[in-house]
Amino acid sequence: MDLHSLIWIAFLLPLAAAVAIALFTRGNRQASAGLSIGAITLSFILTAAYSVVTALNQGGAKASEITWLSVNGSAPGDALNIGLGILLDPLSLMMMMVVTGVGMLIHIYSRGYMKDDPGYSRYFACLSLFTFSMMGIVLATNFVQMFIFWELVGVSSYLLIGFWFGRPAAADAGKKAFITNRIGDFGFLLGILLVWSAFGEVSFSVIADDIAHGGNKLVGMGKFGCLPLATLAGLLIFCGAVGKSAQFPLHVWLPDAMEGPTPVSALIHAATMVAAGVYMLCRTIFIFDDCALLYIAAIGGFTALLAALMAVQQDDIKRILAYSTLSQLGYMVMAVGLNGHGEGATAAMYHLTTHAGFKALLFLGAGSVICATHHEQNIWRMGGLRDRMPSTYWTFIVGTAALMGLPPFSGFYSKDSILSAAAPWINGHGNVILFVIALIVAFLTPFYMTRLVCVAFHGGARTDHARHAKESPGVMTKPLWILAFPAVFAGWAGIDAIFADHFGAHAHYDHWYSYIVGPMEHAPFVAAMGTGLALLGWYMASLLYKDAETDPLPEKLGALGFVTTLMRRRFFFDEIYQRVFVAAHDAFASVANWFDRWIIAGLLVRGSHGTTELVGRVVRMLQTGNLQTYAAFSILGAVALVIVFLIA
Amino acid sequence: MDIGVEAYLLVSMLLFCIGMAGVLVRRNLLIVYMSLELMLNAANIALVALSRFNDNLNGQVMVFFIITVAAAEVAVGLALIVALYRRHKTAQVNELNSLKL
Repeated sequence: MDLHSLIWIAFLLPLAAAVAIALFTRGNRQASAGLSIGAITLSFILTAAYSVVTALNQGGAKASEITWLSVNGSAPGDALNIGLGILLDPLSLMMMMVVTGVGMLIHIYSRGYMKDDPGYSRYFACLSLFTFSMMGIVLATNFVQMFIFWELVGVSSYLLIGFWFGRPAAADAGKKAFITNRIGDFGFLLGILLVWSAFGEVSFSVIADDIAHGGNKLVGMGKFGCLPLATLAGLLIFCGAVGKSAQFPLHVWLPDAMEGPTPVSALIHAATMVAAGVYMLCRTIFIFDDCALLYIAAIGGFTALLAALMAVQQDDIKRILAYSTLSQLGYMVMAVGLNGHGEGATAAMYHLTTHAGFKALLFLGAGSVICATHHEQNIWRMGGLRDRMPSTYWTFIVGTAALMGLPPFSGFYSKDSILSAAAPWINGHGNVILFVIALIVAFLTPFYMTRLVCVAFHGGARTDHARHAKESPGVMTKPLWILAFPAVFAGWAGIDAIFADHFGAHAHYDHWYSYIVGPMEHAPFVAAMGTGLALLGWYMASLLYKDAETDPLPEKLGALGFVTTLMRRRFFFDEIYQRVFVAAHDAFASVANWFDRWIIAGLLVRGSHGTTELVGRVVRMLQTGNLQTYAAFSILGAVALVIVFLIA
Repeated sequence: MDIGVEAYLLVSMLLFCIGMAGVLVRRNLLIVYMSLELMLNAANIALVALSRFNDNLNGQVMVFFIITVAAAEVAVGLALIVALYRRHKTAQVNELNSLKL
């Protein structure tokens, strides 16, 4: 047995668990949870074991494939072989660790959070299905496999957002997420077809080799309008990431996805699935030309800023975290766009890894709060939870500090690497405008997080539910404590060195301690700016929201108060989409309806049947059954014949 | 006064038309049947007249055959009418419309 069979097993275990739950243990809640948690725990252990062994052996990238689909073309170059396999390199292994590690803790947490839910088994089956699909994306060896699992992830996300399908809001949110993703996926599919038509191949490694040795075949394919096909292919593939990672303009589904159970929000809509877009961009980084990358960076930066602004004025604890996720994803996408010689992709994957940990921590903390306050999500109806929920509070503070980017928490290191990727004087591909945007976001992030912590945890309790809140049980707080560790220490582990190695970027580490002091040595100005802005945001928000009963920001801004309305109403994106796209769609549908009703059903269907019936009615009148009528007809016929023959 | 073939043919035509009118408008089946015989005999007159004026006996021979066959046909026809009357208790043509579905 080859060593990589371990990963095959790790990959297939959650699928087996999902199938087993669906077929056999639907009625047995404990068995379902046990199967699902057991599968992902084993996956995590196997992945960790494999990673350690290969790291010790200095093993390079490995791939193992089975043939999924094979079509023989008429010409030698036309054959299409699509494999289904696992691609093992530092990038995929690190991502596997994130998916299975964070996933495992969230599975365990779910046991506590969902314990009274009647759909307990269904929940764990969906969660296992999601884990399997996500691993399929991470391990994909080619574009088609990635697309297949991309869609599977979309399905499991739909199932879990709409988990409480009895609530119309949840059912609608599921549909919205699915349809919005479908728009992005359509672009992704077109991009894959374009790449396939250029290279005659869908495998990542073959295409990457082709480009490295023979140049990009897309470049020679000419232009589509004024856009070179090489850029177009990059942008189309980016469409997939825009959908899945909820970038502007398809960002609207992610906040609504918070209708799902909170552990799902933590796992799928914060830590892993939404990061799949970023992962996909990094995996296929070879396909993007400079123009496409610039566009990607611009979209990412814009999303980061927009989402951070929206987060400042939200009241729902999960929505604040959702917009924060959007904003951080924008950060990552921007970093990918500012790739340079691999620095950007390194920074993006680094931030993805640390963000997965601390954002999952924040969401699980929020879930613990929601559970304790009897499903209250409005932060203005909480307050004073610090003393009643110490475990949740302190782990939440750790997550918040990591998200703010305060040293020495993990978020500081990864955010700093993004900032230095954007800084033009450090990374040749940097961009001044995007750097400024990144700095503004670095200020806004601590601002809205401090607002959240001050309002929800500090001060006095504002409602009875908040007054009588109790700390959550151990099955929920233990994952919080475990997740708090990577939130603090992940920045010291040299994760970015692994990614830098993979992407061929220059790593700046010479000493054992340089992981810890790296940013200060390497780019002290950027690190100082990031930290300074984080502290400023924290300071301003804590001044503003200390003991606040209602949000004081609209008054403080005075004449600029309308800006807060814009933020609170999310810049009216949903309303604009409602007016423009939904209305246009409705208009088109009513035209189609009219056409169907009057032209197809009316004229064609009823018309032809009406004509036949009318002719039938007329002809039937001839058949009177009266002998004399028949005689008259036959005489008339004879007369007619005589007239015809006599005249002719 | 010389009577030409046209006069005979005129009589034949009148008889035929009277018979036809009888077939089309009378309600009693027996009258209709008699009108039918009238039409047949109108044809016979035309045949005899044309045969006489063409100095050819073929037509007159044909008429003998027609009269013979018509006698047999009348027997069958009247038998059918009697059977029909027994079955439907009527000999009115407009009430015998079972040909219509």
